[in-house]
Amino acid sequence: MVEITSPAFKANARSAMADEQLQKAMGHVRHNFIDKRATAAAGLDEFEDLRDSAVAIKNHVLEYLDLYLEKYEEKVIESGGHVHWAATAADARGQILDICRKAGAKTVTKGKSMISEEIALNDSLAANGIEPVETDLGEYIIQLRGEHPSHIIAPAVHVTMDQVREDFLKHHTHLPPDRPLDEPEQLLREARAILREKFLSADVGVTGANFLVAESGTSVIVTNEGNGDLTQTLPRIHIVIASIEKIVPTLEDMSQIVRVLARSATGQDMSVYTTLSTGPRREGDPDGPDEYHVVLLDNGRSSMIGTEFQDMLRCIRCGACMNHCPVYHAIGGHAYGWVYPGPMGAVLSPSLIGVDKAGHLPNASTFCGRCESVCPMHIPLPKMMRHWREREFEKHLSPATQRGSIRGWAWVAKRPLLYRTIASLSARFLWLLGGFNRRIKSLPLASGWTRHRDMPAPEGSTFMSQWREHQASLKGDL
Amino acid sequence: MSQRDEILGRIRSAIAPNGNDTERRKNLRTHLTSNGVIPKLPKSRAGIQTRFKERAIVADATVEFSKPEAVAKNISKYLRDHNLPAIIKTGDDQRLRKLLKGSDKLLEISRGISDGNDLVGVSHAMGGVAETGTLFMTSGKANPTTLNFLPETHIVVVNENDVEANYEDLLKKLRRKFGVGKMPRVLNMITGPSRSADIEQTLILGAHGPLRLHIIIVRN
Repeated sequence: MVEITSPAFKANARSAMADEQLQKAMGHVRHNFIDKRATAAAGLDEFEDLRDSAVAIKNHVLEYLDLYLEKYEEKVIESGGHVHWAATAADARGQILDICRKAGAKTVTKGKSMISEEIALNDSLAANGIEPVETDLGEYIIQLRGEHPSHIIAPAVHVTMDQVREDFLKHHTHLPPDRPLDEPEQLLREARAILREKFLSADVGVTGANFLVAESGTSVIVTNEGNGDLTQTLPRIHIVIASIEKIVPTLEDMSQIVRVLARSATGQDMSVYTTLSTGPRREGDPDGPDEYHVVLLDNGRSSMIGTEFQDMLRCIRCGACMNHCPVYHAIGGHAYGWVYPGPMGAVLSPSLIGVDKAGHLPNASTFCGRCESVCPMHIPLPKMMRHWREREFEKHLSPATQRGSIRGWAWVAKRPLLYRTIASLSARFLWLLGGFNRRIKSLPLASGWTRHRDMPAPEGSTFMSQWREHQASLKGDL
Repeated sequence: MSQRDEILGRIRSAIAPNGNDTERRKNLRTHLTSNGVIPKLPKSRAGIQTRFKERAIVADATVEFSKPEAVAKNISKYLRDHNLPAIIKTGDDQRLRKLLKGSDKLLEISRGISDGNDLVGVSHAMGGVAETGTLFMTSGKANPTTLNFLPETHIVVVNENDVEANYEDLLKKLRRKFGVGKMPRVLNMITGPSRSADIEQTLILGAHGPLRLHIIIVRN
């Protein structure tokens, strides 16, 4: 099981901010992803219209999801594949294990899949004597390190090159220890050679899916390295693990969303490999798997339909929200404590593991709104984080002091005269505290805030009183 | 209750508790006709081909135009320029057979799938898309999927008449060929050679798939 450390979010974040290696690695995220996405979006006149089109497609699917899933299943079976329905993570693990056992599998190669992280597939395979081999370079690196992805499309974004070199020297002991490993290219070549052997000898290949096309029973993966394709082409058995909301009606619908996917994710116009797979090897096919299985995972998603969190099911896992998130930039992905980090994780994790465990995540937001502004699927992430805060409050999960303060503030805010009096008194008090520098170094009751930064001192009068004066002066002018 | 019925039941009761599935089914889309957003591209054949070449180069592929009778010669020249032996692996594609006929002196050709020991794979694409310089490759005996991924150098031949403006143009052709709701076992949409930026976001070509992708557009 992936250990859930989300309840310790605050401590996680504190140690992340003190981690020098992590801070160095995160520096790359702050610039690369943002610039590349902006250039790619600006380079396509129809980009904004395509976003709207993509949203409309997913909304349509969610309105008819049951029927599209039935249609998809029918077409997979028609093409010779098998469909397995998994209500929970444990069900999905069991189904995959069954397929592997029947095949007598010893090694399973894996393309990059967040769903496989969500169901903790690797641990389950390993516990049953089957070796899982991650083949995406980033996933391979973190598998060696015994870690989990810290980003949904760049799993090893928290690791520096020096750390990768150390890991390779430690694990690839059959190679001469003095070999040159000072360039990213040398590291990649070494991983390529090692994983080539694994591809050719694996019994089962597991991939995720970016889309499931109902029209033809097709699963689609979008990748850059080609590892997903080798994973699903070379072994005798291909297992696709995908969640139910990945459905799109037609190939053309897929094409609409593909146009915003890579541009939002890596800033490429198109990822290198968009691969559409339909069923197992056919008569006359010289290559490809003999068996093709799809494990359809629900794991809490169907319960999001019809709630204020339904829009989250439009998510296409591009990672743009975390790439643009100041909180993610500061603390990296691991601090979030479970599979999905950043703004999308702050909304999705409470749905999947409960707001009692993941309640800190939707609170770790400045509501700056960048995530929503770059989300290709126009998911109102800040609004949904606010919904989670409300639920947390309703369920009495937030600390008593916090609940008390909010209740106290609400009591005052509902009494305008009292509120204005207190506001204007504190504005004057804070103005006095500001001193010569106009900055406040420490504040009673707000030391958590002032411990890390100064508070700018206010101007001495409230907005309301300035507004009144302004209105009065206008009248005077007339 | 099976997990299938459990999941579908939960979805149905959330979205259409009293819905009539026969009525609802009428609103399902079988394929998209007019409500998609299609990026505008040049209308002329020449304009589309120029755009295809431009975009493929942006994606780090190399592109050349060739007369049918010069394809073998151009492949052999490309291999020489890259210090590669004139040995290629291809599938059983009839168009390629025709184009490479009588080239025994220039190229040593073997046919079949790749087992990982071939340096150069040569395939024929179903078509190309100008929007992003993307190739459409279908699986089968003619062009085995392994040739697209295992050899370090991938040379793809495509006919100029099969280079279209948008993905939808080729999807239409695909439907004509395989039938509505039917697909080849694999359709590879390939845009440039394989790459990774997983180490400190440094982009490196040649991750697990080919290091080089060379596209030859055949002029009739």
